[in-house]
Amino acid sequence: MRDKVMHPLIELTIARIKETIREPDTLFWVFVFPILLAVALGIAFREKPADKILIAIESSMSAEKISKLLSFSKDMETTILDAGEANEQLRKGKVDLIIGIDRGIGAQEKEIVPGNMVFTYDPTRSNSEIARMASRDAIERGLGRKDTVSIRDNIVATPGSRYIDFLIPGMIGMNLMGSGMWGVGFAVVLARTRRLLKRLAATPMRRSHYLLGFMLSRMIFLVPEVAVLVVLGWIIFDVKFFGSIADMVIVSALGSMTFAGLGLLVASRSKTIEAASGWMNFIMMPMYILSGSFFSYERFPAFAIPIIRALPLTALNDALRAVMNDGTPLYSIWLELAVLTIWSILSFGVALKIFKWQ
Amino acid sequence: MEKIKKEIRGQSIKSDVPAIRCRGVKKYFQAVHAVDGIDLDVRVGECFGLLGPNGAGKTTLVEILEGLTHTNAGTVEILGHHWGSRDDHALRDRIAVQLQETQLADKLTVEETLRLFRSFFSRGRTVDQVISLGNLEEKRRERVHKLSGGTKQRLALACALVSDPELLFLDEPTTGLDPQARSKVWDVVEGFKVAGGTVMLTTHYMEEAARLCNRVAIMDHGKFLAVGTPADLVASLGVREVIEFRLMGELAPGLLEGLPGVKTVDKKKEGYILKVLSIDAVLPALLAVIEKQQLKLDQLVTRQVTLEDVFMSMTVGALHDER
Repeated sequence: MRDKVMHPLIELTIARIKETIREPDTLFWVFVFPILLAVALGIAFREKPADKILIAIESSMSAEKISKLLSFSKDMETTILDAGEANEQLRKGKVDLIIGIDRGIGAQEKEIVPGNMVFTYDPTRSNSEIARMASRDAIERGLGRKDTVSIRDNIVATPGSRYIDFLIPGMIGMNLMGSGMWGVGFAVVLARTRRLLKRLAATPMRRSHYLLGFMLSRMIFLVPEVAVLVVLGWIIFDVKFFGSIADMVIVSALGSMTFAGLGLLVASRSKTIEAASGWMNFIMMPMYILSGSFFSYERFPAFAIPIIRALPLTALNDALRAVMNDGTPLYSIWLELAVLTIWSILSFGVALKIFKWQ
Repeated sequence: MEKIKKEIRGQSIKSDVPAIRCRGVKKYFQAVHAVDGIDLDVRVGECFGLLGPNGAGKTTLVEILEGLTHTNAGTVEILGHHWGSRDDHALRDRIAVQLQETQLADKLTVEETLRLFRSFFSRGRTVDQVISLGNLEEKRRERVHKLSGGTKQRLALACALVSDPELLFLDEPTTGLDPQARSKVWDVVEGFKVAGGTVMLTTHYMEEAARLCNRVAIMDHGKFLAVGTPADLVASLGVREVIEFRLMGELAPGLLEGLPGVKTVDKKKEGYILKVLSIDAVLPALLAVIEKQQLKLDQLVTRQVTLEDVFMSMTVGALHDER
């Protein structure tokens, strides 16, 4: 039994924490869902022997011979299909390449002319490109081409460079964004629709305390939110943590503040949950796609990269990856930290200015 | 702490500063004159009731007094202070507010909610004290969303009383409650009054106003139609008693108005309502008229004039004026 009257900021923070943990939905979306997603993606993209290259050979009198030539390579699996079937399989992505015989003008089918072949494939599929090069290599070699250079393969597997190593920091960043924006934004809009904000405004409560209470509770929740994914990555996928824990806490806290600020900004005037949801999605959706949570933003056109890097989630993801995967010291990621700081100051400042209590 | 508090209270009573003083207060929402020129003085220790139909402007007026809504014109003085100065914070520490239809945080318990509200005020009761004041002992560990409507209202009231305020605003504190729950809320408000607190109350229950309020104002279309003690308002009708009756059949018009002692005659779907100076004088004559017309009496009730009769006559009158 606490009889002493606590500081309102402490009471507001405690109330916020209790409200959050008593909401089973929140716990699911903040803790369970990211774990499920990380596990699913981790399994889908787990390290495994390179995929077999799947090749369809159009049935012809040469088909068997071609198949035999390719069979010298362990990486290739061939099936002989008629032309229609082969094209269907290529379209569905079940084969990477179709090898056929070029029936040029005057060429006779019964002549076995491996010198005239047609490779049918989609160059935008990376596996098709590999299939084209590998089968060309195997066929030429099988027909007597001599290698002029001897190459020895030196195989390395660096922890920290696998997809799962890339994915876990991205998931942490995405999770901090989601829980920061929904956690703060929803609670504020709900309090407004229920006229609780007005009721609080009628007390001598300092308005800054109310908003700071959200910040503090976010600071507390980010610890388990981040820890869950770091530990999960470490236990299940052996994702190594190269940086310092202090740096990780600083980066996560800054990221969390930024998104709490954006959540507050969205909630500062929204009168309904629906309106707030719309704005949340409007802000978050582009970042889900652009900010490199699931795949590198370097794939976007060069002119877009500076814009993408100015987004708060990109800055957070980059900073988290630098700390987690590379152990980069904070001064080397000052740009990302500056981007986050500017976003959090801007969103807070504007939110406080335009905030409606009723 | 306790001593300082008593001194503050002593001062405000001694210095004769009214708890509430309004002059010419107006508030427009586009073309709607929600509050249209209100003058009001509420003394310290008084319970003042605002009566009026829905949309009369009661809530807008109260929220102006609470410093939650800005006025378009006029002055408002609460415990000697004007809203909008640096004193606002100190003033909020001395008043308490129960808004219409506020939903407190669902997931917090009664006790946690009260502790949170207590932390906002520089002085006040302990959480235990206010729990017993609101009759909430059995519900203290219950979460808010599980409480019944009546208990929620008592919690809202307890949240307001947690600071031991000098001035308490209650906006329809018992709307939607059953009679028993209503009576429990009244007990809490009466306890606050007995301790010397000032109350500003809105309601559309006449019974509530009559029981709790020293003075009431009847409000409609943003204006006060009448202000006075419940007894004064009842007396202002100029009649003391009411006869309500229903007939099997129709009475020719004009017969009842002529009866000596009858002040007003209202014919409604449910029957006739006569406001009379004295039942003893009117009743025999009324029965004689009915008999003469060869009509049968279906139902007859006699009663004292209540605040409700005043309210109905005034707000209906206001509607007629508009046409």
